[in-house]
Amino acid sequence: MLESMLSLAVKAIFVENMALAFFLGMCSFLAVSKKVETAIGLGAAVIFVLSITCPLNQLLYNFLLQEGALAWVSPSLATVDLSFLSFLTFIGTIAAMVQIVEMTLDKYLPALYASLGIFLPLIAVNCAILGASLFMVERDYGFGESIVYGVGSGIGWALAVIALAALREKMRYSNIPPGLRGLGITFILTGLMAIGFMAFAGIQL
Amino acid sequence: MKFLRDTLDKLAPLFEEGGKLHKYEAFFEAPDTLLYTPGKVTKEGAHVRDSIDQKRMMITVVVALLPCVLMAMWNTGRQALLQIDSGAGVWRDDLNTWLYQLVMGASAHDPDNLLHCLLYGGAYFLPVFAVTGLVGGNIEMVTAMLRKHEVNEGFLVTMFLFPLICPPTIPLWQVALGITFGVVVGKEMFGGTGMNVLNPALTGRAFLFFAYPAQISGDKVWTAAESAGTDGYSGATWLARAAEQAGALEALPWMDAFIGVIPGSMGETSAVAALFGLAVLLVTRVGAWQTVLGVTVGTIGMTLVLNGVGSDTNPMFAMPFWWHMVLGGWAFGAVFMATDPVSSAFTSTGKLAYGFSIGLVVVLVRVVNPAYPEGMMLAILFMNLFAPLFDHFVIQANIKRRAARYAA
Repeated sequence: MLESMLSLAVKAIFVENMALAFFLGMCSFLAVSKKVETAIGLGAAVIFVLSITCPLNQLLYNFLLQEGALAWVSPSLATVDLSFLSFLTFIGTIAAMVQIVEMTLDKYLPALYASLGIFLPLIAVNCAILGASLFMVERDYGFGESIVYGVGSGIGWALAVIALAALREKMRYSNIPPGLRGLGITFILTGLMAIGFMAFAGIQL
Repeated sequence: MKFLRDTLDKLAPLFEEGGKLHKYEAFFEAPDTLLYTPGKVTKEGAHVRDSIDQKRMMITVVVALLPCVLMAMWNTGRQALLQIDSGAGVWRDDLNTWLYQLVMGASAHDPDNLLHCLLYGGAYFLPVFAVTGLVGGNIEMVTAMLRKHEVNEGFLVTMFLFPLICPPTIPLWQVALGITFGVVVGKEMFGGTGMNVLNPALTGRAFLFFAYPAQISGDKVWTAAESAGTDGYSGATWLARAAEQAGALEALPWMDAFIGVIPGSMGETSAVAALFGLAVLLVTRVGAWQTVLGVTVGTIGMTLVLNGVGSDTNPMFAMPFWWHMVLGGWAFGAVFMATDPVSSAFTSTGKLAYGFSIGLVVVLVRVVNPAYPEGMMLAILFMNLFAPLFDHFVIQANIKRRAARYAA
């Protein structure tokens, strides 16, 4: 049990890294990676949102949306299939969670709130977060697994964005060819980072 | 020598300001500087005077690499001639073998003959080396021309590192492609020497590794001889064999692996040659001892943990650390790749943490990732990505400590 959870966590963090293996959540990955401090803040927010929405959506899906999931309400509802609502529901819970994070940061960490700017509400449409919920449905994760998967994929995404921010801070004084400065070189760097993360591709635990 | 200097001096005006070929100055300036001391001196302003400059630093690494180069030629030849001599392998049907036979004859396949081994290995190593130098060197000069700066010596080390981490039978067009990717994408796009975030030689090698897995990591690529179809011939590296079946290493004396008389990438097999390089790098302080110490401690620590965990199905779990250190590219990578001052961490504490993490990741990849029996290259590349992060935390901690000191 513990061993399979551990291997799921390693898989979510390194092998199937949200940012560098699936290239999900690219917009904020590229935009909020100029400073390490900000990237750490965004990474923490993503970990938080992921680790709550993934298990929450798991419960919603298994007890409300899935075909036959409503059987516990009354046997006559056993044939109802609400899974066509899953996108809406998932986005709804994610948006609610992001709203909570936003209000908390605004109250307690105004500096971080200001530096994250528009990208904090945009976590709501961060593909990495919706992606985790959808992968969770596709792979039939149980409740425990969905917690581990949510936290793990959050850590993986945060790790990638923080590493990218440190690299970009180092590159600030590099004599990059003018046409590539800014986002251009960041895209190339993201590709090279993906090559680096391929060290773990193929790991079987 | 005087003739050479005179010729260069005669050509110089063509390339200088106002000369007909001024645009192509890089093509003249680079070989001139490489052969002689540059004629330019600083005219004004204060600057640091030190006998160590980029050129001297790079040349020191090249000197440290020379034993590896010699071992690469000798061992590549020896491994192939051993197979051919015993009848398990036959000559390869390519230009390299044809050239060797043209000079030495088809009967010259004595694996104990130093000359035979050196020449046969050289017939495979030198073309790879030449292609690397020609392609990469020209890219350097063209970039210098386009970006209007002088060619600097950064490529010199890459030019030696890259062929040493290639398998002997690599097709030359792949060498050209790999070094092009490494130099252009890995280095020049980031602004050139000193500004790359990944080691260019490793970037090129990793690109080939993922793009052409069959020719660069298969069983058949490590020995420059063709299988005769008998059972005695095995082209797999010892790491791959150890991963496949428990107790495979009992057939290999540890000393052989230490000295490097085993099949593998051309320059990586010998831990002794890497140790010599390490001594040179540490005495001249071109390489950082923190990184090497970190890698060693990390490897030993992680190996002990995995030995303790154990596994019934995976024989790699039981492999002791003294084997990890002599097989594959461990020694070569720890000495020459991890200590690359540009792509590793800059702070001393950062270097320790960076090296330590390389040690962890290399053992982890070798043991739990069945797809890649060799993990050194990927581990270093992976940690290159995190090197600036270690620096960031070290610097933040320093700032915090000083702020606390002055606040008191």
